[in-house]
Amino acid sequence: MALPKHTELHYRIWHYFYLFICGSVFFFLIAPLFVIFPLSFNAEEFLSFSDGMKSLDPDAFSLRWYKDMIYGTKNPWGLAAKNSFIIAIFATIGSVLLGTVAALGLSSRHMPYKGIIMAILISPMIVPLIISGVAIFFFMAKAGLAATHTGIVLAHIILGTPFVVITVTATLSGFDHSVTRAAASLGSNPVNTFMKITLPLILPGVISGGLFAFVTSFDEVVVVLFLAGLENTTIPIQMWTGLREQLSPTILAVATCLIILSTLILVTAELLRRRSERLRGINR
Amino acid sequence: MSSESQQILTTDGIPLEVSLKKAERRNKIKAFLLVAPLLLFLIITYVFPIGDMLMRSVDDKMVTEMLPKTFKAMEKWNGKELPEEEVFEAFYLDFRQLVDEKREGKLSTQLNYTKNGFKSIIKKLRRKSKNFEEGNYKEQIMAVHKRWADVEYWKAIKRRAPAFTGQKYLKGMDMYKNENGEIVSVEEDRRIHRILWLRTLEIAFFVTLFCFLMAYPIAHLLATLPMKYSNLLMICVLLPFWTSLLVRTASWMILLQQQGVVNDLFVGIGLVADDARPQMMYNKTGTYVAMTQILLPFMVLPLYSVMKTISPSLMRAGKSLGGTPIVAFWKVYFPLTIPGIGAGCLLCFILAIGYYITPALVGGASGTLISNQIAFHMKSTLDWSFASAMGLMLLSGVLAIYWVYNKLVGIDNIKLG
Repeated sequence: MALPKHTELHYRIWHYFYLFICGSVFFFLIAPLFVIFPLSFNAEEFLSFSDGMKSLDPDAFSLRWYKDMIYGTKNPWGLAAKNSFIIAIFATIGSVLLGTVAALGLSSRHMPYKGIIMAILISPMIVPLIISGVAIFFFMAKAGLAATHTGIVLAHIILGTPFVVITVTATLSGFDHSVTRAAASLGSNPVNTFMKITLPLILPGVISGGLFAFVTSFDEVVVVLFLAGLENTTIPIQMWTGLREQLSPTILAVATCLIILSTLILVTAELLRRRSERLRGINR
Repeated sequence: MSSESQQILTTDGIPLEVSLKKAERRNKIKAFLLVAPLLLFLIITYVFPIGDMLMRSVDDKMVTEMLPKTFKAMEKWNGKELPEEEVFEAFYLDFRQLVDEKREGKLSTQLNYTKNGFKSIIKKLRRKSKNFEEGNYKEQIMAVHKRWADVEYWKAIKRRAPAFTGQKYLKGMDMYKNENGEIVSVEEDRRIHRILWLRTLEIAFFVTLFCFLMAYPIAHLLATLPMKYSNLLMICVLLPFWTSLLVRTASWMILLQQQGVVNDLFVGIGLVADDARPQMMYNKTGTYVAMTQILLPFMVLPLYSVMKTISPSLMRAGKSLGGTPIVAFWKVYFPLTIPGIGAGCLLCFILAIGYYITPALVGGASGTLISNQIAFHMKSTLDWSFASAMGLMLLSGVLAIYWVYNKLVGIDNIKLG
């Protein structure tokens, strides 16, 4: 963004002002995440930078809170992490299966009542979570599924499918249907065609939809707060309780782990998006 | 089309038109069958429960079922002066039944919602009614307490006769139906819900505005920078987008505490005195700051995807035709970004209006929103019908906004990252 030499002074000032604004906004976006890293290595129990940390004294840093996270007494994080992963994995599988199949139907040009059906399918994404939480709680209570893993998995499938439907439909919009017709004319049955031709081509979309579903479930707290009993505690619930009651540095250790996890997911999602764009022939 | 002209036949001898229609129908069914599992699943677990919320929010069968004889007898009552003996008798019979089933406490709670003062007189009636003699119940009931001889209390009972009620919705707007059936507002100092609705709108509006003001320049920068730089900067937008909401809220709690990093910084540069650290959390400021940062990516992404499609030569053309950069921007660039602005603002607004977690953690008493009130009634007061009513009021607002969004941008244009 170098300016041409003949630029007048006030435009030059304006340009640097603009870059300054942009820099500040980027700082505002990303800096809060990076406060967590150093503070999670704090040797003391405070949530601000101690004098030792400011002078980079090695004794002021420790892995104390990470140890507490893993080995701490009456530690809720182990169970929470186990539950979170189990629930998120099953919810992702469910969302991907239901969502992908539905997206295949939706992107068929023969699909009747497409508008209204699409609206219903993505409604859990539009309706505020608190309302979804109340509605799903009423259902699960009636079905006897409140405070069970099954209930939470079903709830997260509800919340996760819209993302799968949207990403897979988007991938299918660039899909060349003549390849499936070619397969059929060569004698392949529909299931075989799907497994060998369609699925490999739309896989990036399916996986990135699955990532969205995974993150939605893994990070979901509003609905779980209504549904979960003591046995079903998840990482977000533990964080929520911790943040409400007492902000301990252990939470920061957990938060650091979560940021690393989200970085991994971001990288995967970006790679998939690029691959999918390449496959669809969108080159920029 | 006309049957007179010669019809084209398939090899099976069926007219082509019929055969095509049949194939078309088969394809339709095939497509529908693929969607059916998810559709059915969502209708059962999601759409019906929202309908269930609607039923709960207007349901008022409890009292209707507790006093069946009374309401039957009240049908003949003119509702102006004290009812006749038969109403009292019916009420006595219903009440004995409730006492036998130990449900009179529920009745007193319910009636107390309608009019204060029922609790004590129902307790008294339960004690005295054991020794009632047969006949002339009117005198005996009225002798229990002077309020039983007050027509206002009988009117209050009659108001609970219908099995359905809109009173939870009125309560959500701080209104109620008075003795004469008119809809009036509660006293000025008790209008808590209106304050919450207004605050929710206000916070959602300003958060959207702040997001827009911050997102526009960076989306522009991202769209105009060469790919290798913009990809790097894009991470600054996408990393918060993918990071847990609770993690981001936690980081704001650390930053904004009174002994937190921002306050330390202010003291360090001498902006505020050490003993006068401003309260930046547990109030509106905290909600504004945290929500703006959390929702910012939802504004940047739609803006970016629109700006990416605007050719830079348009701005150059505008300038070469004599416009100053400001004029060229305002007349050429800005109008082209309006679809992105619409999408981003409505998305942000819809998300902000239903926010729950962040305001609950950093909002304190003055920064909470309507969602927090819904959760409060679901978990603490257990007034589920009221929570349902408030939820549906919020939902109808969101759907209205969503409808506008659909008109302006179309739901198919939602982009994710």
